[in-house]
Amino acid sequence: MKFYARRIAFYVVTLWATISLNFLLPRLLPGDPADILLAKMQRAGGELSETTVRNIKTLLGGDTSSMWDQYVAYWGRMLQGDLGVSITKYPAPVTDLIAAALPWTVILVGLATVISFVLGVGIGAWVGWRRGTWVDHLVPFTTVLQSIPYFWLALVLVAIFSVALGWFPIFGGYDVWAFPEGPEWSWAFIGSAVYHGFLPALTIVLSSVGGWLLGMRNMMVSTVSEDYIVTAEAKGLKPVRILRTYATRNAAIPSIAGFGISLGFVVAGSIVMEQVFTYPGIGKLMIQSVQNSDYALMQGVFLVITIAVLAANFIMDIVYGFIDPRARHNV
Amino acid sequence: MNGDAVLTARSVSIEYEVDPPVKAVRDVSLTLHRGEILGLAGESGCGKSTLAYGINRLLKPPALMTAGDVVFHDRSGEDIDVVGLADEELRRFRWDKVSMVFQGAMNSLNPVINVRAQLFDVFTTHRPEMSKRDKQRRSEELLELVGVDPERLTSFPHELSGGMRQRVMIAMALALDPQVMIMDEPTTALDVVVQRGIIREIMRLREKLGFAVIFITHDLPMLIEISDRIAVMLQGEIVELGTATDIYRTPQHEYTKKLLSSFPSLRGDRGDFVRTGHQPISATLGAASAEGGAA
Amino acid sequence: MSERLEVTDTSTDYESVPETLSDRTIDPAIIAPGAMMSPPVDSDVQAARDEAGAARRGFRQLLPRMSLKLALGLTIVIGITLFGILGPLFCQDPTDSDNPALSPPSAEHWLGTTKLGYDVLAQLAWGTRGSLMVGIVAGLIALILSIVFGILAGYKGGWWDEILSLFTNIMLVIPGLPLVMVIATYIPGRSWMLVALVLGITGWAGSAVVLRAQARSLRSRDYVAASRVAGEKTARIIRVEILPNLLPLLAAQFLFAIIFAILGEAGLSYLGLGPTGSITWGTMLNDAQTGQALGTGAWWWFVPPGLMIALLGAGLSLINFSIDEIINPKLRLAPENARRVRQAKRAGRGVESVHVTNGGEA
Repeated sequence: MKFYARRIAFYVVTLWATISLNFLLPRLLPGDPADILLAKMQRAGGELSETTVRNIKTLLGGDTSSMWDQYVAYWGRMLQGDLGVSITKYPAPVTDLIAAALPWTVILVGLATVISFVLGVGIGAWVGWRRGTWVDHLVPFTTVLQSIPYFWLALVLVAIFSVALGWFPIFGGYDVWAFPEGPEWSWAFIGSAVYHGFLPALTIVLSSVGGWLLGMRNMMVSTVSEDYIVTAEAKGLKPVRILRTYATRNAAIPSIAGFGISLGFVVAGSIVMEQVFTYPGIGKLMIQSVQNSDYALMQGVFLVITIAVLAANFIMDIVYGFIDPRARHNV
Repeated sequence: MNGDAVLTARSVSIEYEVDPPVKAVRDVSLTLHRGEILGLAGESGCGKSTLAYGINRLLKPPALMTAGDVVFHDRSGEDIDVVGLADEELRRFRWDKVSMVFQGAMNSLNPVINVRAQLFDVFTTHRPEMSKRDKQRRSEELLELVGVDPERLTSFPHELSGGMRQRVMIAMALALDPQVMIMDEPTTALDVVVQRGIIREIMRLREKLGFAVIFITHDLPMLIEISDRIAVMLQGEIVELGTATDIYRTPQHEYTKKLLSSFPSLRGDRGDFVRTGHQPISATLGAASAEGGAA
Repeated sequence: MSERLEVTDTSTDYESVPETLSDRTIDPAIIAPGAMMSPPVDSDVQAARDEAGAARRGFRQLLPRMSLKLALGLTIVIGITLFGILGPLFCQDPTDSDNPALSPPSAEHWLGTTKLGYDVLAQLAWGTRGSLMVGIVAGLIALILSIVFGILAGYKGGWWDEILSLFTNIMLVIPGLPLVMVIATYIPGRSWMLVALVLGITGWAGSAVVLRAQARSLRSRDYVAASRVAGEKTARIIRVEILPNLLPLLAAQFLFAIIFAILGEAGLSYLGLGPTGSITWGTMLNDAQTGQALGTGAWWWFVPPGLMIALLGAGLSLINFSIDEIINPKLRLAPENARRVRQAKRAGRGVESVHVTNGGEA
């Protein structure tokens, strides 16, 4: 399974690159983030212990030791799972904050993306199959949908459905008044979560379905004119079989292979979308950290988001290898 | 070759609905006899492939059959109006009575499923009563028939060489014991040695199983070797139809003569071109159109 | 008398046709919302190349056919561009707060005013200018980078390819917006140029992958091989032989890069990380959010900027559609052909019984 080994190696390298980026950026870019942060903390009235100052400098630079020493120290902390301490929610460790927010995003974005992908590829396949009919004319409209910024769409949806019609809640992941202690495992809570998650999910689906639909449709049109489809017809196979096993399976390959890039956009969109909905996910956390110069939290969230994306990519790699035998056999 | 007709095409016309419409096949009639090899020769674009696809109801837009009928004379005695077949009937007709081998098996096999799946497809659709074991056995038989190791059943198309892929295609075409096999340039994309092997295979199978073949190619000398009768097409019409010997010895139509003389020969007059690069004085062609024999 | 050559038995199978599967093997990540809309296939680049082979003689041949889609797309894009260029000249000062605050559209203020009393239409006009500038600059940067990483890697192959590709793939997988946010956070004062730069250097990876795949297949074409044998330098080959043939593809990628730069900037600005001191559609949305436009139902404030983004995006996409149809003629021809045949059949010209094979015939 050289294919998978190669992909895993790649992800490890990417992870290394991400951590290194986290290390390098504050040190290379203009401005002295460590000082800014320390000043901020002092203004907020916190007591700055030796350890805190040292931790911050390890994180952000401003240390007097050499770059390489700093790098090693940074890695040391990373490998221990120490992502630092947040200043917005001082002294909560970054890892805790992320752990609390992560499930919200993963479930919402994960589910919505899967729905969007399946819908997009499914409808796209059908449209591509029935090319030359009125359905073709719908396709350009999906491009309009695709160009709409996620968050603007979110705003519009909220304006219509929450403010004007009052059908859906305006913000939050769940009803904070009904569950003042926070999340709990009960049907009522899950119900509330689903209710609150509906509009955000809808936003994601509406914004991203167009891209997959278009890509699949185009690939389908190409695929249907391939020789093996003609062979399949000549063999007298049932149209359903041809559509499924001969056409769609081949046409879907680029969509699956390209899932990685698309995921980047989905992530970007969700981050901003969480802001609109004040959804308690990782995106909101990232935004908070950015707006408050909570660098430790920001770096931690960035790292975790990247890891999540890598994981999703890897899952897609498995699917891809499963569907396309050429990938498994070539390298 | 006995005198019974297995396929009769009458006054078939096929048009390409482009702007302006192009008549690809004009009023073509031909008869295929049981067990015979009928060669269909002509240059690119003369309509021979279009005709074949038309006979098998495989025309793709913008091609459209505008006139004619095609009748299949089943060995059970029944006559089937191919043009009038609809949906289910057409699907059942396909591959069972008339099968096809396409040009360039490079792409004729589904890349994402293995050979066995593609063979099984045929059986599942047309012989639903076959058990899995039967299907397996028959598939292995078929591969052995065409000279491919039955182990290859689990291979994917990209793991096979060009020649093997073509053989698999032929095996697939034979799966249901068809009465007619239409072969559209089945060897053009292969090198000469492999070509030879495939042609030989086809001839042998035909001897054994007795199906008729419509062999489409631009390679006239090859047809002369293997066909019983040859039809020469030019711009959508059949300009000459006769036995292989007749075509070779006494070509009637101007175009046939042209076609024959554009293939350089190793010996004799026409061999001048190959040996010395000079045209023989007796050349009647502006034939810089000396295409080689193989692709 | 038949002259049949006796065939000697050959049981060896020679692989005769070069395995083009590697060219057709999908380089991961070709399809994405907003990356190339259709995978440029070997043979279709061939078709494009044939068309583009005349590029040096006739640029006209490269231009997409005029169609409703293209006309619509061009109208929208040109319209918006003109609005951005000329609009600010005709509107009042966007930072003039001497107007009644939060008033709905009226004769005086066609798009109403913001919470601080700014005229929304003026803001929109200046915002158009700002967004377009960011978009175009970022698009250019992304295009140049993707040419370097994509075409160079695809053409040179070997170690160059490995290293450049690795870098490309890493940039591809690391999520874009978070990265941009991280970078933008460390820099307190951000000019629009800087924002454009940051967006550009984080947004080239997708294009690079597509271009690399194409450069790889072009590399094996005869005319390129001929140039190499003749001793031409790499830079020249790329400039003279490869780039012109990829022109439609490059144009499409450029347009995509613009869309995404604008979307990216809008997102950034909305989060407060955009250009400080400039007006763009994104900053308008940010202002609208902080100004409680939603809560107070001031739709005239937050609807227009988003609408503009969507419109521009749609317009550019429509143009890309038409370019797509050059690159992949099947996309235009297949539906067209199917339609023609259906019409002919309805006119009674077909002889076959009407049946549904695969899609395309109804």
